[in-house]
Amino acid sequence: MARQISSPIELKTYAEEVCKKKERWEMVIAVCGGTGCSAFGSYDVRSAFTKEVEKLSLSDRVLVKMTGCHGFCEKGPVTIIYPWQYTYVSIKPEDVPEVIEKTIIKKELVDRLLYRDPVTKQRIKHNNEIPFYAHQKRLVFQHNGHLDPTSIDDYISVGGYQALAKALFEMTPEQVLVEVEKSGLRGRGGAGFPTGRKWRFCRNSPGSEKYIICNGDEGDPGAFMDRSVMEGNPHSVIEGMIIGAYAIGATKGFVYVRAEYPIAVKYTRLAIEQAHQYGLLGENILGSGFSFDIEVREGAGAFVCGEETALIASIEGKRGMPRPRPPFPAVSGLWGKPTNINNVETWANVPLIINKGADWFASIGTAESKGTKTFSLVGKINNTGIVEVPLGITLREIIYDIGGGISGGRKFKAVQTGGPSGGCIPEWLLDTPVDYERLTELGSMMGSGGMIVMDEGTCMIDVARYFMKFLSEESCGKCVPCREGIDRALDILTDITEGKGRKEDISLLEELGEVLKDGSLCGLGRTAANPVLSTIKYFRNEYEAHINEKKCPAGVCKALITFSIDEEKCKSCGKCAKVCPTKAASGKKKEPYKIDKEKCIKCGLCRESCKFGAVIVS
Amino acid sequence: MADMVELTIDGIKVRAPKGTTVLEAAREMGIVIPTLCYYPGLTPYGACRLCIVELIRGKRSSLDASCTLPVSDGMVVFTNSERVKKVRKVILELLLSTCPNSKVLQDMAANMGVTKVRFKIKDRGCILCGLCVRYCKEQMQSGGIGFVGRGTSRKVGTPFEMTPAECRNCNGCEWICPVCMRACRAGQLVEGICGGCLNVAVVETCPVCVKCSESVGPEGHRAYGK
Amino acid sequence: MATGIVREVDLKALEKIFRGFEGKGESILIPLVQAIQAEYGFLPKEALVKASHHFRIPLSRFYGVVTFYAQFYLTPRGKHTIRCCRGTACHVRGAAKVIETVEQELGLKEGETSEDLSFSFETVACLGACALAPVVVLDERYYGQMNPEKVRVLVRQYKGASIQESSIGEENNGKAD
Ligand SMILES: Cc1cc2nc3c(=O)[nH]c(=O)nc-3n(C[C@H](O)[C@H](O)[C@H](O)COP(=O)(O)O)c2cc1C
Ligand code: SF4
Ligand code: SF4
Ligand code: SF4
Ligand code: FES
Ligand code: FES
Repeated sequence: MARQISSPIELKTYAEEVCKKKERWEMVIAVCGGTGCSAFGSYDVRSAFTKEVEKLSLSDRVLVKMTGCHGFCEKGPVTIIYPWQYTYVSIKPEDVPEVIEKTIIKKELVDRLLYRDPVTKQRIKHNNEIPFYAHQKRLVFQHNGHLDPTSIDDYISVGGYQALAKALFEMTPEQVLVEVEKSGLRGRGGAGFPTGRKWRFCRNSPGSEKYIICNGDEGDPGAFMDRSVMEGNPHSVIEGMIIGAYAIGATKGFVYVRAEYPIAVKYTRLAIEQAHQYGLLGENILGSGFSFDIEVREGAGAFVCGEETALIASIEGKRGMPRPRPPFPAVSGLWGKPTNINNVETWANVPLIINKGADWFASIGTAESKGTKTFSLVGKINNTGIVEVPLGITLREIIYDIGGGISGGRKFKAVQTGGPSGGCIPEWLLDTPVDYERLTELGSMMGSGGMIVMDEGTCMIDVARYFMKFLSEESCGKCVPCREGIDRALDILTDITEGKGRKEDISLLEELGEVLKDGSLCGLGRTAANPVLSTIKYFRNEYEAHINEKKCPAGVCKALITFSIDEEKCKSCGKCAKVCPTKAASGKKKEPYKIDKEKCIKCGLCRESCKFGAVIVS
Repeated sequence: MADMVELTIDGIKVRAPKGTTVLEAAREMGIVIPTLCYYPGLTPYGACRLCIVELIRGKRSSLDASCTLPVSDGMVVFTNSERVKKVRKVILELLLSTCPNSKVLQDMAANMGVTKVRFKIKDRGCILCGLCVRYCKEQMQSGGIGFVGRGTSRKVGTPFEMTPAECRNCNGCEWICPVCMRACRAGQLVEGICGGCLNVAVVETCPVCVKCSESVGPEGHRAYGK
Repeated sequence: MATGIVREVDLKALEKIFRGFEGKGESILIPLVQAIQAEYGFLPKEALVKASHHFRIPLSRFYGVVTFYAQFYLTPRGKHTIRCCRGTACHVRGAAKVIETVEQELGLKEGETSEDLSFSFETVACLGACALAPVVVLDERYYGQMNPEKVRVLVRQYKGASIQESSIGEENNGKAD
C-alpha cells in the first residue's frame, strides 16, 4: 500500500480522494479511546458498537472508530455521533443496542445518555453546547474528537500536511522562521521562551549537521496534555517537526516520549512509519529535495530528563544529568551539534501558524502571550479533563465556567499550576489572567499546563511537603543546594506536619528557598522552592497554626488531629464501625457511636463513610 | 595568542583568553573563590556550587557557578558580594550537615564564619563532588567507579559493589577526595577500591561531646556517630 | 525483596539482541538495556557484564544508567505488577490511603517484590490519567477513582486469581489493540 506522494498537487488530489471515500459513511460513531475513557471501558463500548453494526448489516453506511481523548474524561466513555455531533456520556456496552436502534436507525436521541447540566438540569445534545466545551477554544485539540490517530488518511482528509506543502514549496526557510517569530508563539514546555527566536539561534549556529527534538517527557505529575496530543493526533506533531527542521536546517529529529505512555510511543512510531510510506518523511520530501527523518526514543522514568540538557544526555545513552549552560543546546547539544528542543504542544502549533498565518495566531491571546494553551484540569473539581483556552482567560473562568467548580459542594482553597516547579494560588487571585508573566509574578509558573484544584480539605503544608518529597527523589543529585537543600526542607516540613515545628522554621525555609533559587545548577533546583515559598506567602496562617497551636486546620496531618463523633448528628447507623479497620469506632443501636482514641489510626475512613457528617476532626 | 575578551571582576577590568572560565580568570588575578568540585586538569563539573559569583546583566543580577561559567566580553562579575556570601554560607552549612567530619569543610567554615549548622546532620561521608569519578575517567582512562542512583540516594560506587576489572589500583580516587571518604579502610574492598593504601585516619565518632560548634544540630549538641 | 530465584541467562537471546545494536557507539546504551529488560523481565547481572564486554563500555556506566532510571530492575519482577500513582492529582484525591492499603494487603513496601514472585508493588509519579485520580494500574490495566475499599477488593481478587491461574486482566481495557 506504500504510496509515495511526490508533489503538493498530488497531496491535494489525494486529500480529495480520501474525503470522497469518507462521504460514503452516512454516520460515524466516534468512541473516545483516551486513557480516561478506556479505563471506564470504552474498548468494550467500541466492540459492542462494531458487533451491533455488523449484526444489523449497517457496516457499509456506519463507521465505528476510536479517537483520541475528547478531553471530558470525567464523563467517560464519551461517544460522539456524526454528522449531528450528538454527544453521549458515561455510556456502557449495555446501552449500545438502544443507541443503534434509536439514534442510528430512527435518528432519535437517547435522552438519558445526554449530558445533564448540573445547574439548569437540562439535557444537552451537542458537545459544543456543553459548558465544559463551550468556553474553550480548541486549536491544537480541534481534531481530537473525530480523528483516528492511527490513520494518516484521516489526518490528510482534514487538511493535514498542507502546511508542510506550503512551507516547502511556497516559502523559504527564512520566511517560515519569520512567520513563527511574528506569530509570537512561545514554548509550551514551561519557561515560555519565544520559539522563533530559539529556532533562529540554532539556524545561525555553524555546522551542517543539526538536530531537533520533541520533548514528550511530560513528567509533571497532574499533567497529561502532551499525552493526549501524541495519542490523539500524532501527525500534527510530526508535521510541525518537519516544518521546523526545514526552517532550522536540521537533518534529524528525535521524539523523546516517557515510557509511562506506551500508547503515545506506539502511535508516534506508527505515524512516522506512515509518513515515510507516503513520502512525507525521509529522502526528498514531497519531491522538494528536502530530506529529514525522525526517530522515537523512550524515556526510562526520570522527571529530570524533561530538562533539556538532561534529555540530551539521556538520548546519548547516559545518566540523565543536567549540565551547565552555556553552551546552550542551540550551539552545542546532541553529540555536540546544534540542537533545537521544543515541547510537543509547541510543535503541534506550528502547522496551524503556517496554515492560517502569523497574524491570525497573534490575534489570539494577550500582548505577550499568544495563542491557546492546553491544561489538564484535575483534583477536586467537577469536570476533570483536558481543556484548551486562549491565553489571557482568568483562572476563575477555567475553574468555574469550564471546570464546573469544586466537587462535593466544598470550598475552593487553591489551584496549583506549573507542576513541582509551580506554586499554589489562593482564592483572591483567581481573577488573574493566565499568561506566562502573570503566573510567574504570583510565584507560580505556567509549566507544561497541569492545573490541580484543591479544596478546603487540603493541607497546604502537606502539599508543600508532598512536592519536596517528590523532588528529593527526582533530583538528579548532582548539585548541593538541590540534593541536600530539598532534603532538609523536606525534613523541616515533615517536622511541622508532625507537630515538631519550631518558630524559626518558616524563616529557615524561606532562606533555603532563596539558596535553591540562586544556587542550583538547573531549572529543577532553581524552581523547586516555589511550592514552599508560595504556600508560605499565601497560607502563612496555616503554617503558624501547625507550629504554634499544633493544629492542622484542614484536618490532614495525622499527628495533629483527633477523630470523634458528634452525638447530636449521629444516627447510629453503624457505617463507621463497619469501615473502621481497627475497630476503634463502635457503638450500640440507638446510642451515639464512639471512637476509641487509643485504637484510632486516623485513616479517615469513618469520616468519608458517614452520611450525616457526624465524624468530626479537630 | 588566543582571542581575548575583556570583563570586569570585582570592579577591576581584566582580559582573559576566550574559552577560559570566570574562576580561572579570577584566580589569575589572585582573587580567592572557594571551590570543592573543581580541580585543575579535570573537566569543570559545577556540583558543589561554592564557587558561585554574582553576574550583573543590566539591572538584573543572577548567581552562577564560576567554575563552569565561560568568560565573555563586557561581563560584570562580583565574587564576594553580600548576596554571594549569604548563599555560599548556607551551601557550606548544607555540606557540613552531610559531611561533618571533613577537615576541609571545617576549615572552610572557619574561614567563612559559619559557626552553626541549623540542619539535620546526615553523615553521608561523601559530598558527591565527583572528583574521584572524573579522575578515574579522565586521568586514568578507566571506568572503575561511577555514580549510582539519583536524588538523595545517589552515591559513588563500583558496579554491583565489587571491584571491577577496569580498576587500575592507582589509588587516585582516594587521594583526590576532599572529605576522605574514599580513604582506604584496609580490607574493606567495597569502600576503598584497591585496599593497598594505609591512610586509615578517619574520625567517625566523637568520643564525648565537647559542645563544639559543629555538633549543633536541630536537637542541640551531640557527639557525631552517636 | 526476591532473592534465591536465579534464572539461567539464555545467552543465545542476548546475542540476537546485541546484533541489532552493533556499531552505533555509546548512545545505544539505554535502548539496549531496554531490550535486555524486555527479554528477561529484569536485568540479570550476567547479561550486563556480557553487554559491557561485548560493546567495550565499562560496566560502571551500565550500572550508573540502570540505577538512575526508575524503569530498570536488577531483580526479578513479580507475575503481577501493581503500580499506584502518587502524582499530585492523585495525592489531593487521597492516593496516600490507597497506597497504604495496598502495602497492608500485600505486605510489601513500595519497590518490593513478594518472595514467591507473585506481586511487585511500585508507586509512580504520574500515570497520565489524572482525570481518574486516584489511579492504580494492575498489569497495564487502569483502574480509576480508587479508594481503600475498592483497591482492597481488587488486590484480593488478584491474589485469589494468582493461585487459581484465572484469567482476569486479560481484557484489553486500557491497552490499545
Ligand atoms: C526539571 C525540569 C523538567 C522539565 N520537564 C519538561 C517536560 O516534561 N516537558 C517539556 O516539554 N519541557 C520540560 N521542561 C522544559 C524543558 O527544559 C525545555 O525548556 C522545553 O522542552 C523547551 O521547549 P519549549 O520551548 O517548546 O517550551 C522541563 C524543565 C525542567 C527544568
Ligand atoms: S538542580 Fe537538582 S536536578 Fe538540577 S543539576 Fe542540580 S541536583 Fe541535578
Ligand atoms: S458516625 Fe455516622 S456512620 Fe458512624 S454511626 Fe454515627 S451516624 Fe453512623
Ligand atoms: S568519594 Fe570523595 S572525591 Fe568522590 S565524590 Fe565523594 S567526596 Fe568527591
Ligand atoms: S567548584 Fe564550582 S561548583 Fe564546585
Ligand atoms: S497524578 Fe495520578 S495519574 Fe497523574
